[in-house]
Amino acid sequence: MDFANFLIQLLNSVQYGLLLFMLAAGLTLIFGIMGVVNLAHGSFYMLGAYLAWWLSSSTGSLVLAIVLGAVLAAVFGLVLERLLFRHFYHRDHLDQVLLTFGLIYVFEELRSILWGDDVHGVTIPDALSASIPLTDTLSYPVYRLFMSGVCIVLAIGLYVLISRTRLGMRIRAGASNHAMTEALGINVKRIHAVVFAIGVALAAVAGMIAAPIASVYPNMGSQVLIMCFVVVVIGGIGSVRGALVAALLVGAVDTFGKVLLPQVSGMLVYMLMAAVLLWRPEGLFKQ
Amino acid sequence: MSAAKSHLEVLPRSVQAVLLVALVALAAVPFVASDFYAQMVARMMILAIFAMSLDLLQGVTGLVSLGHAAFFGIGGYVLSLVSSDAGAVSLWWTLPAAVAVSALFAFVIGFFVVRTHGIYFIMVTMAFAQMLFYLVFDNKELALAGLKLRLGGSDGIYINFKPDASFFDLENKTVFYYFTLACLLAVYAFLRRLLWSPFGRTLAGIRVNEHRMRALGYGTFGYKLAAFTLAGALAGLAGYLWGAQTGFVNPELMGFHMSAHAIMMVILGGMGNFAGAIAGAFAFEWLLHVFKDLPQVGGFDAGKHWQLWIGIFIVLIVAFAPRGLLGVVARIGRSKEDAGG
Repeated sequence: MDFANFLIQLLNSVQYGLLLFMLAAGLTLIFGIMGVVNLAHGSFYMLGAYLAWWLSSSTGSLVLAIVLGAVLAAVFGLVLERLLFRHFYHRDHLDQVLLTFGLIYVFEELRSILWGDDVHGVTIPDALSASIPLTDTLSYPVYRLFMSGVCIVLAIGLYVLISRTRLGMRIRAGASNHAMTEALGINVKRIHAVVFAIGVALAAVAGMIAAPIASVYPNMGSQVLIMCFVVVVIGGIGSVRGALVAALLVGAVDTFGKVLLPQVSGMLVYMLMAAVLLWRPEGLFKQ
Repeated sequence: MSAAKSHLEVLPRSVQAVLLVALVALAAVPFVASDFYAQMVARMMILAIFAMSLDLLQGVTGLVSLGHAAFFGIGGYVLSLVSSDAGAVSLWWTLPAAVAVSALFAFVIGFFVVRTHGIYFIMVTMAFAQMLFYLVFDNKELALAGLKLRLGGSDGIYINFKPDASFFDLENKTVFYYFTLACLLAVYAFLRRLLWSPFGRTLAGIRVNEHRMRALGYGTFGYKLAAFTLAGALAGLAGYLWGAQTGFVNPELMGFHMSAHAIMMVILGGMGNFAGAIAGAFAFEWLLHVFKDLPQVGGFDAGKHWQLWIGIFIVLIVAFAPRGLLGVVARIGRSKEDAGG
């Protein structure tokens, strides 16, 4: 592999890793703060992808679709939290697993009823459809850089929100001692709703920006959910920083594995997970 | 994490009576039901074995595996790998082989997963099962140590002949039905016996409080690994029967939905006593059948969207009846006994 090729694979692995981070961050945040295991998290990714297709074909602008879609997804998250998830915070994990598994079916079918079962493509906007030449023969698509950019901006935003703002302080306080935070006059229930909505919106944005390169198809959520689980297990559940490190690691192993060891590439990330588990059964960054 | 929830380890009289009636009914099925329904009941019995194998982990030991279908699938795939297009293979070595290979996989995977707890266990079992799922899904053929393994990829693979049992003819549907029923009874009897053995009591102790068991001097890792391996072996048995009955295996057998359905069966029936798993498997399969058969309502094909109904059903069960069917039967039985003095 020459240098330009290596650079392309590296950029791809970072881009895939950052996309996984967007999903895993929401999953691990919802678990870390509310204690809810959400198998339906992949459905929010699917929702995002379908919203991107539906909104961009009706508004004609992908960027507008992403902004609108993020808002819609967050509202959807708020409604879902209020109607359903709120009542399952204190139930055991088994109940949560089953509840959210049932929801996967419900969301899949609602998607099928609303938007059909066809595979859809989303076109990359003209402004982002160019490629940057690396050598005479190799070039890198601008859209993938755009994807990484969106992920980085949102990751920084998430970091600032949680560790530098008043809301973030309350989120952390609510996660470590619910009753005490409540006693200080902070509405923890409302904070939970906000965190849930953020998690849903992150997953949906990941789905929306991935739509043009991954296309939009039924069951796209479950495949991504499993990679999220791998990321969360490697990183340590509840740790957003762990999710970032693990997502980049998984992105690199998966991308380079496909190039260097194509015969076993599908299993490499799972081998990575197994190795980490042997070394640290609680993940790399267990708090 | 506490998976414990109203365990009915000692089955009340009312439940025992229902089980006896159910056994008589099962024995009578090939005589009274149409071919279609007899086949459906045979399939339900196979899934009941699968559900019981999961109950050993989930209900007895308190380990919720979201990847148990991996071993079910392995059992089926072993049958497809040893089968040939030329003729039937002998049941007497292929069945033990399928069980042994499933047990071996369960032992290796178990070595990694049983050191994790609670939600980690759920996620990690699912990830390992997906690894096997994609191994089969992505490979039509796999060269391994000089052997060419025909996996069939995402299309799955047909098994043209049922295994040959020499003393009886499994190609005969009624014979196959009773063979399946015999397997169901054998597995149930074995697991009930196991439940009250020192090994079973230790597993139950781990469910209630693993720290205490370790403090008492039990090597809980070894016990959990043994339970995981045994559960994998029995799931492999069920998978083998499934492959033989349907004459077809595909990656979906190992999939995440199959694993989740098994969890649902165990929950629906009631955990930790194996009878609940059987009841749950029958109830869940029957429901799937009903939902898939729903009629067209106006422009809306209700049967085509069966997943919507099963999803709503699962959500409602979790929300309102987390104790399962046997819990309901036992409650009714108890209130009747109370009323009768």
